[in-house]
Amino acid sequence: MPAMFIRVDVDPAVQANAALCKQLVEVCPVDIFRPDGEGKVATVEENLDECTLCDLCIQAAPGQVQVIKLYAT
Amino acid sequence: MSILIDESTTFIIQGITGREAVTMAREVLDYGSKLIGGVTPGRKGRAVHGVPVEDTVRAFTERTRVDASVVSVPPGFAADAVFEAIDAGIKLVVVVTERIPRKQVAQFVEYAQERGVRLIGPNCLGIISPGKSKVGGVGGANTERAFKPGKIGVMSRSGGMTVEIANSLSESGLGISTAISIGGDAIIGSTYAELMPLFDSDPQTAGIAIYSEPGGRAEYELAEYMQSSGSRLPVVAFMAGRFMDEMPGMRFGHAGTIVEGKADTAVEKIANLERAGIGVAERIEDIPRLLKERLGEGA
Amino acid sequence: MRFYEYEAKQLLERHRVPLPKRKLVTDADGAAAAAFDLGGPVVLKSQVLSGGRMKAGGVKFAEGAGQAKQAAAEILKLTINGLTPVGVLVEEQRTIAQEYFAAVTYDGRAKRPVIIFSDMGGIDIEEVAEFHPEHLSRTHFSALHPFSDHIAKQAVAAVGVTGNDLTRLTSIVAALVRIFFDYDMTLAEINPIGRLDDGTIVALDAHMDMEAEARRTHAALLQQLGVPESDNRQARPPTPFEIAAAKVDAADTRGVAGNLTEFDGNLGLIIGAGGGSLTLFDAVRAAGGRPANYCEIGGNPSVAKAAALTKLICQQPKVKKIAVMMNVVSNTRVDIVARGVIKGCIEAGFDPAEKIAIFRIPGSWEEDGFQILKKYGVDYVDRSVSMHEAARRAVAKMGKR
Repeated sequence: MPAMFIRVDVDPAVQANAALCKQLVEVCPVDIFRPDGEGKVATVEENLDECTLCDLCIQAAPGQVQVIKLYAT
Repeated sequence: MSILIDESTTFIIQGITGREAVTMAREVLDYGSKLIGGVTPGRKGRAVHGVPVEDTVRAFTERTRVDASVVSVPPGFAADAVFEAIDAGIKLVVVVTERIPRKQVAQFVEYAQERGVRLIGPNCLGIISPGKSKVGGVGGANTERAFKPGKIGVMSRSGGMTVEIANSLSESGLGISTAISIGGDAIIGSTYAELMPLFDSDPQTAGIAIYSEPGGRAEYELAEYMQSSGSRLPVVAFMAGRFMDEMPGMRFGHAGTIVEGKADTAVEKIANLERAGIGVAERIEDIPRLLKERLGEGA
Repeated sequence: MRFYEYEAKQLLERHRVPLPKRKLVTDADGAAAAAFDLGGPVVLKSQVLSGGRMKAGGVKFAEGAGQAKQAAAEILKLTINGLTPVGVLVEEQRTIAQEYFAAVTYDGRAKRPVIIFSDMGGIDIEEVAEFHPEHLSRTHFSALHPFSDHIAKQAVAAVGVTGNDLTRLTSIVAALVRIFFDYDMTLAEINPIGRLDDGTIVALDAHMDMEAEARRTHAALLQQLGVPESDNRQARPPTPFEIAAAKVDAADTRGVAGNLTEFDGNLGLIIGAGGGSLTLFDAVRAAGGRPANYCEIGGNPSVAKAAALTKLICQQPKVKKIAVMMNVVSNTRVDIVARGVIKGCIEAGFDPAEKIAIFRIPGSWEEDGFQILKKYGVDYVDRSVSMHEAARRAVAKMGKR
């Protein structure tokens, strides 16, 4: 089942920064980010709804990661 | 005044780097409590939300005054942590950890008694004196709304229901003097009756609300205290788990909540509390009304 | 977890407590063979986790193999308090001159372990305590300092026992204390202990309860006794609904969403935490509702876990609607639970707005939680509506019985 409550948008510019990609994977307490094996980052669809809105990913990549509450619209 | 803790109470958290303890550390600091550090073996030199982490309790007690410790470590390590706090000379130990084997609980409760240490818990959320301090996770991040300063002391075998009852007292305008989540285990460090004398000598406290459950004898002990002590405080109790009377031998809710004999049942406990002059509320929202009646205040 | 009599007696045997000769059998032919081997008259006892076996017809006497076969067949067919026996314990039948009672347990009030001893064994100990208090001793002892046998002697002597019985009973009671500590028991009881006509003293029946949390510590022992991990030893065997809920709880370590007990009503309950669940279950029944289950959520379960429990409850054919209710929450998050229950409803093929009779969880992150519930049209209330009032509204939506 697709995520119902949370969408995470990652700016394409992030993918050029391998260190930042790695950091996103590390900071998320609910494993929303996974390494795609080529130094880039992918989001894990089934974990999106587990997002605790802790903002650690946003703090790691200010302006480049957006967490959207699908229920807020 | 308040009991057990106030704005000057300094304390540490044992197990501070654990998932739940990190959250608790942030919340008690946000509330203004004097959390001065934490202990996790092997993590000396780190910091959690700005407070230092040490390997041992003594590292703190050797250099500063430590009034209390909150034990929030996995069940297999809890007894050792309590012994460490007591051996380091700390006089108030709050044990948050649940599922500690009963034999170990009996051991550290006995040790605390021998050393004159006040033990709260295990399996509790801690102590709060609204507006002054909280020692433990009680109330979480939104403590102010549920715990307004006032004149009712709260003692509860359930951490969650400590907050629910406090919330109803705060909304009614009565407010809280000190609320204590005493723990849900079969053996706990401090029972209602053992804490009553502290409330009795606290001028801020005008009445008591308790949350109780089937299983154990703590409510009988409280009833005896009320009859023999000449306590000045009106007490109102709420008894959950009435349905359990029909289901002997089944455990619900907490480790100490099981009907093994007639005296464990909700019905027997309610009758006994009422005989001792303790008001028994049918619903949570009746607690403030019953207390106001007993305090001579209109509802 | 409670042990069967035959298991408890194995533990007593390990600690050299004298016992009658005995054999566990699982069919009538086995009982006949056991009676033949033991020789002489035997007693056959249903192995169920319930008291009152004698009254229910679960204990029978037989002179020889033929009678034993007949008796075992009857016992094996007999359910006691809804429990089917796992076997029949065939024991040599002895003539008893005097019965004693001994138990070790924790006294939550004294906060110490206690030996309860009586020279009026074989009858209800609460009755002895009430009507013959001089025949009952309570001897507290330390959990912290080493146990010494003289404490057991004190307990036995306190009711006036002396002579050979005193020394023999002292060693039995001391062994019981060691079993109590060694295996993390919450109760270790022998009732009755019998003095036989030849003066020997044996344990005739035993009841032992191990703390559920200690099961892992004693995994090796449980394996030796042949206790499977799935055997929960509650007062009645678990239903498929309960087993499925336990799997949901075990599959994800984040928070609690389980401890489910099935009832025969039509209102599914997603309630928490420990004390809140007890309060809410009472509140639903007081309002005239018929719960389909008791359960506990708490400790901030993941969305997936809350969803899995919700889905399971919604899928029960008898569940018409569900009520999602908790006390004011501190560490559990309103928004996370709201996401989980809505997801679970939809995964089970239901419209959350229809299926969820009421959502009453105030506290941490309630603003986000209420936003979610609003979007899906779920009827929710905040803390200004009490737990009892929320339960009443849920029951009202169920319509006439």
